[in-house]
Amino acid sequence: MLSKLRLGRTAVILVPMLWLAAFFFIPFLVVFKISLAEAMIAVPPYSPLLQWDSSNAYLTFKVTFGNYLYLFESRFYLDAYLSSLKIAAISTFFALLIGFPIAYLIARSRPTMRTILLALVILPFWTSFLLRVYAWMALLKKNGLVNDFLLATGIIDQPIQILQTDFAVYLGIVYTYLPFMILPLYTTLEKMDLNLLDAAQDLGAKPYQSFFLVTLPLVKPGIIAGCLLVFIPAVGEYVIPALLGGSDTLMIGRVLWDEFFLNRDWPLASAVAVVMLIVLVGPIMFMRNSNKEAE
Amino acid sequence: MKQGSSVALKVMAGAGFVFLYAPIIALIVYSFNESKLVTVWGGWSLKWYVELFRNEQIMSAAWVSLKIAFISATMASILGTLAGFVLSRMRKFAGKAMLTGWVTAPLVMPEVITGLSLLLLFVSLESMFGWPAGRGVTTIVIAHTTFCLAYVAVVVQSRLASLDETLEEAAMDLGAKPTSLFFLITLPLIAPAIISGWLLSFTLSLDDLVIASFVSGPGNSTLPMVIFSKVRLGVTPEVNALATLMIVTVSIAVIAAIVIMHRQNRFKDANK
Amino acid sequence: MSAFPNTSTVQTQSVPTWRQKDAKPFVQIEQITKQFGQFTAVNSVSLDIYRNELFCLLGGSGSGKSTLLRMLAGFEEPTSGRILIDGVDMTGIPPWERPVNMMFQSYALFPHLSVEANVAFGLKREGLKSAEVNKRVAEILGMVQLGHLAKRKPHMLSGGQRQRVALARSLVKRPKLLLLDEPLGALDKKLREETQFELMRLQDELGITFIVVTHDQEEAMTLATRIGVMNNGDIVQTAEPHEVYEYPQNRFVAEFIGNVNLFDGTVIDDERDTTSMRSADIDGLLQVDHGISCAPNQDVSVAIRPEKIRISREPIDLEVNATTGVISDVAYMGSQSIFKVRLNSGKEIRITQPNVSREMGNRLTWEDRVFLSWDADSCVVLVA
Repeated sequence: MLSKLRLGRTAVILVPMLWLAAFFFIPFLVVFKISLAEAMIAVPPYSPLLQWDSSNAYLTFKVTFGNYLYLFESRFYLDAYLSSLKIAAISTFFALLIGFPIAYLIARSRPTMRTILLALVILPFWTSFLLRVYAWMALLKKNGLVNDFLLATGIIDQPIQILQTDFAVYLGIVYTYLPFMILPLYTTLEKMDLNLLDAAQDLGAKPYQSFFLVTLPLVKPGIIAGCLLVFIPAVGEYVIPALLGGSDTLMIGRVLWDEFFLNRDWPLASAVAVVMLIVLVGPIMFMRNSNKEAE
Repeated sequence: MKQGSSVALKVMAGAGFVFLYAPIIALIVYSFNESKLVTVWGGWSLKWYVELFRNEQIMSAAWVSLKIAFISATMASILGTLAGFVLSRMRKFAGKAMLTGWVTAPLVMPEVITGLSLLLLFVSLESMFGWPAGRGVTTIVIAHTTFCLAYVAVVVQSRLASLDETLEEAAMDLGAKPTSLFFLITLPLIAPAIISGWLLSFTLSLDDLVIASFVSGPGNSTLPMVIFSKVRLGVTPEVNALATLMIVTVSIAVIAAIVIMHRQNRFKDANK
Repeated sequence: MSAFPNTSTVQTQSVPTWRQKDAKPFVQIEQITKQFGQFTAVNSVSLDIYRNELFCLLGGSGSGKSTLLRMLAGFEEPTSGRILIDGVDMTGIPPWERPVNMMFQSYALFPHLSVEANVAFGLKREGLKSAEVNKRVAEILGMVQLGHLAKRKPHMLSGGQRQRVALARSLVKRPKLLLLDEPLGALDKKLREETQFELMRLQDELGITFIVVTHDQEEAMTLATRIGVMNNGDIVQTAEPHEVYEYPQNRFVAEFIGNVNLFDGTVIDDERDTTSMRSADIDGLLQVDHGISCAPNQDVSVAIRPEKIRISREPIDLEVNATTGVISDVAYMGSQSIFKVRLNSGKEIRITQPNVSREMGNRLTWEDRVFLSWDADSCVVLVA
């Protein structure tokens, strides 16, 4: 009986385990393997690491670090990584700046209002990401609504280029990832006991003091979670720079895409992915640990 | 404090909401624009909706996407529920920490990496075992199931964490073996989480461009892939119409879900 | 507080089973230990419980009582030791196969099932025919007076009703042994008293052995045939309620159950029917009416309950079991008054007196000099 029980238990554990091993974990190993190969015109377009030479009965094992060397020698890739990190960091900061007041307002609203506002935040999250990015294209065009508005109010006297600039990319990232910032912030703010603020003020803290000394420290886990949820995917973002950015907007996700689809250099694209993953492993582990602490 | 900062706070939050909704509203309004030039107002019209339904490329891609989303969401719900259950209900086992990592990492993993790694896996598998032969709906379904699984697992796990574990103990105490315990008690209690996980998976799959672009084969374009190829060349009125339809459908569904949940909660509170 | 009613079923039997030498225990707990990592929740506990008993495990939070109960139900496996129920070793037997049912502190009613379906859940797992299931569900719901609420969902019931559904659900399978985890904890005081008697009636009617975990000493006193007092994972005394109160075996039990005054003393004379002790706490000698068989000059504690001390302004001429002091505090409680008296040694003790007359004029009050005395058979000597 007990062994049958153990068998069932093992089966239940193994099913999701094996699926994720096969389609989430092992693929990374494959990427790593291919990043050590050389690009060549073949199907698939890279050199095999192990080759069996039947005439001489040799098993050759060929590994090249050339792709990685190339990444570090070429200014282009280094710039792309740095520029991605910069764009993601700045966007995260602005998402926090815009998201915090919204989360704060929702958490402090009456229950019915809270449900409505929360729904308003969640709603865009459920609608197509691609289409929401696309929506900005119409607004930011030379003859789009934003330029029309600025012209009409007399802030500018001729249309300015907004679409296909870095600014448009910041805007797009902040816009599409804002719900990811607001929701964790809201969750921690909502849990906070409001009596603490009353207590702080009773003990002589001015409103801004009680905000910085009481609210902020208590909301820190939410801030960290929100920032990581925006920052990590933003680093590898492809759609937003592709649609809103200019040809000179360097982001590593876009570089990887072009390397893969346009240049068909699979090994180099793999090396780009491996390095990106190494850059992001730190933040991802940090997120997991702070999740554990929150539990 | 509550009064003092509330006006400034409301203005800031209000501006935030305008920021969230202005593009969507503009998009909806322009979908009814008669003019081909998207930014020039030419009067109200349903012209682009008609064009949209005549566009076979979009329609067939939409059908492919719906099919993929349905299968992926269903598979992700099953596997994700298992994963969430294992993580929150099974005591220590070898590899638990690893499984936790595998479940949380896809949530933030940049899509280009997920897409590339899965494609390279499929290519390697094909050259080694001859499966999957070529790429298409199957490979997209596997890819979508994998990343949606993580979302379902997280939703289910948090529902299980808030669920009173003595309910499950009570069922065992009353003679329920693990299987009947799961199907009679645990599953009905986490059903709302699984349903929202399914819906989330469905929309994520329907929405995915990057991963699908990597793992799809020729002639298997999904809706986002078609939209992307059109949109890259500029703003197109049919896409506005399509976007409006999708946004309106999703909004109605989300609002209905929220209203139902709100009612249920109120009902429960009233009876406490 | 002073007198606990003891209305348990003891009186109806001639000699209780647990006092019979050759009686066969129904539940045998043998050297059970449970460790969670470094922490020992239950420390080598042995205990025999007999058929038809209503046994209370009494202790504070973290005393190990709930862990012991969960091991009986099969939710936790003991680290060492074993449990036998009706002679059968329960080691390795999962909860769903044990002849035991449990009533949970939270009631653990399935929120998605009606009252009826909750109660029927266990019967259906046994594979009974639906006619039989319906019959037994109706029967037990009638017994707990909930027949009219059968179709309701748990969230539409009051606390007391939920408690009765939980009870019915755990009884309907006719377990050999029913475990109750703080069964009355979530009820208000009045409902609790009613339910106590209800529980005893059901237990009597159905002839099921009950093990109740509680932190409430009054509840244990009222319900139990016997009480096992737990502290830090050990059972520190197992006895009938009145014994636990009147003859505590150690300081912990004396202090945990009811109120007690403790005097530290040294044995100066230990004979067969009397023991005398000197104590720096009081003026005279302490004397109890039984031998304690210990070494001379051993240090002991003498426990005496507050209601067993006489208090008076009139001087008394006694050499032993008497002392004097000054009233430092008075609390009027209606049926009784509590006095705190500071003795000459500086020690403060507690005395309760029933308020037998209504007149207020001549009542003892603050700063009164009083004379205290008690009988030799009222105190207990505690060596441990």
